[in-house]
Amino acid sequence: MDDRSPPRTGAELQRSGPQGGARRRPPGQQGGPGAGPAGPRGARALPYLLAAPAWLWLAAFFIVPMGAMLSLSLMDGDSVQGYAPAWNTGVYAEVWAAHSGQIARSLLYGACATLVCAAVGVPTAYWIAFRSRRKGLWLFLILLPLLVPFVLRMVSWQALLADDGLLLGPLKDLALLPGGARVLTTAPAVVFGLAHTFFPFMVLPVYTVLARVDGTVVEAARDLYAGPLQTLLAVVLPLARPGVAAGAIMVFVPAAADYVTAETLGGAHTAVVGSVIEDRYLVDHAYPAAAALTALVLVLLLAAVIAAVRVPAVRAAVPEGAP
Amino acid sequence: MARPRSTPVPPPRPGRRAVRRGAGLAAAAWALAGCGVGGSRAEPVTAAEFWDGKESSGRLSFANWPLYMDPERAPLAAFTEETGIAVDYDEAVQENHSFYGRIRPALEAGDPVGYDLMVLSGGIELTRLLAQNHLAPLDHRMLPNLGAHVADRYKRAAYDEGNRYTVPYASGITGIAYNPDYVDREITRIADLWDPEFAGKVGMLADPQELANYALLLDGTAPAGSGRADWERAADRLTEQRDAGIVRRYYESDYIQPLSNGDLWLSMAWSGDVHQRNAEEGTRLEFVLPDEGATLWSDLMMIPYTAENPVDAAMLMDFLLAPETAAQLAAEIAFITPVPQARDVLRERAAADGVSDAERAELERTADSPLVFPAADDYDRLHDFVPVPLEQAEDFTALFQSVTRS
Repeated sequence: MDDRSPPRTGAELQRSGPQGGARRRPPGQQGGPGAGPAGPRGARALPYLLAAPAWLWLAAFFIVPMGAMLSLSLMDGDSVQGYAPAWNTGVYAEVWAAHSGQIARSLLYGACATLVCAAVGVPTAYWIAFRSRRKGLWLFLILLPLLVPFVLRMVSWQALLADDGLLLGPLKDLALLPGGARVLTTAPAVVFGLAHTFFPFMVLPVYTVLARVDGTVVEAARDLYAGPLQTLLAVVLPLARPGVAAGAIMVFVPAAADYVTAETLGGAHTAVVGSVIEDRYLVDHAYPAAAALTALVLVLLLAAVIAAVRVPAVRAAVPEGAP
Repeated sequence: MARPRSTPVPPPRPGRRAVRRGAGLAAAAWALAGCGVGGSRAEPVTAAEFWDGKESSGRLSFANWPLYMDPERAPLAAFTEETGIAVDYDEAVQENHSFYGRIRPALEAGDPVGYDLMVLSGGIELTRLLAQNHLAPLDHRMLPNLGAHVADRYKRAAYDEGNRYTVPYASGITGIAYNPDYVDREITRIADLWDPEFAGKVGMLADPQELANYALLLDGTAPAGSGRADWERAADRLTEQRDAGIVRRYYESDYIQPLSNGDLWLSMAWSGDVHQRNAEEGTRLEFVLPDEGATLWSDLMMIPYTAENPVDAAMLMDFLLAPETAAQLAAEIAFITPVPQARDVLRERAAADGVSDAERAELERTADSPLVFPAADDYDRLHDFVPVPLEQAEDFTALFQSVTRS
């Protein structure tokens, strides 16, 4: 943590992102729009011009598609005659009534995956930061699964977790599990798959934060007669909190939006909203309904992130944890 | 999509693109500009109008399903040798709906879709293509093998009576496959898929129409001519089956691996898949036509109306219906061939000199397989796959998606 760096919002981070965090700049030379000292007109416009590519990018790939999606969601018509522009807000109530269950399930799976990632990821990051000799090697191993194509990983899990497969087969032979037990096609399997996929996004920010913890702080805790457990709970973990918060956002958002995991590892009761959107779009050609569902999910995820960013620990974490 | 056009394209007809509309992903720009999305129809044209002035360009591109031709593409090599036409073969069709979703925007904009010949099932996507006049009408004079060799049964399909836009590529039966290593009794009925004894070990197909057909047959209702009340009852039966914990999962086409390793004990399945698996992996999966009946579906070759090389596509269409080629395909993919004479070709080949014993056994096995050449009384139990009328399609799929997407 660095007390000199002021808490910043996501938008501020966007603006100053490519130039690195504020903490790298010598004090007194804070550039940026509106913050700089008065100068010639051209000099004042320069930061905006420099930011223009970023704004264009944002407009072309975020704002325009977003607007198009919203306007599509309000269209009226059917899949045979086509859809014409209208102000059909009823579609939102309709898709919510029909699919709120799947939306809730997506968010629940995302939240559970985040908890699992935190429960496993924080000790892992702690161990790498404080106990391991070859930090680079361990971090590389954490990232290694990302080099294997996603579909291949899921198919491998299907084989490993098969009812009589490598993992469950021997356990059943030893009568440690009842013969009918299964992992695949259950909700825990989906949560496990999500946690597995997004695990590095939790470990890395937490590690980044812990790696900067001053060793003398830990020594000081010992000098003050704190036991190892107390040091962990009262000193190290509070310092790790910003990393955990950043990691939680980075795990929760993609995990709640993912649907391939639910389709490969899930079963008859694990449909998530992404699959429904795909069906509405590709099978039914109900474009407005698909767009409305997408917008609903987006708003919910955005609300979750905004709420999280308002938590002080997360605000502090944003410049630290974001790669 | 920006390929040079080597075939003269028909001049734009008045009104054909009166309203230019994009659809799907291209919808974004149009939507913002205040235009509508989807639903643009092409003007209907007769076969004579369509083919007038069109010539062969010496190449074509062909979109087909995975594992629907041998890895060496022998039939295509023979075609190129005979005609000099180069074929760009692409296993682009993974599912009917995703492939159609991909090409629909181009079709609605009147642009080529990148394929001159494509194989889709006779289902709801075909109904949509026909309703929007997005397929080229066929000139049967260019398809002599259709008249000479294709069995009548494949010429009077409900979705395209008289093969005006499509010709059959291969057909298959949706039956029940089971693994005798786990199931210790003979499976004979659709009702076995509802047996609580197999809880958690039963696979059902995710496709709304496949799923509905089986639930309808379970209650003795013929899928053709069924109505809203029947569908609701069918959906109830499926919901009961699901909520009793009997269904493990709803599968797109990936049920074969779980069936082989014991994750699934029995499942709705397509005939050729089971035959291919047993031949390649030495599994002993059984495939049965249930007593209540089963469905016979067809995958069809068709030419999009915006095709750049339609003449070459029609030539390949005809070539694939020749008994020699049909026999070659049937031996490889083990689905039903619409050309009955292919069986004679297979037997002749098996009897020929210089054929190794293994090869002979394989050829005879295909020729004798009831899954490739169903017997007459098998056909009696098979219901033709009849697509739901377009007006009811959304209602129908919503009903059965509420089963599979719970």
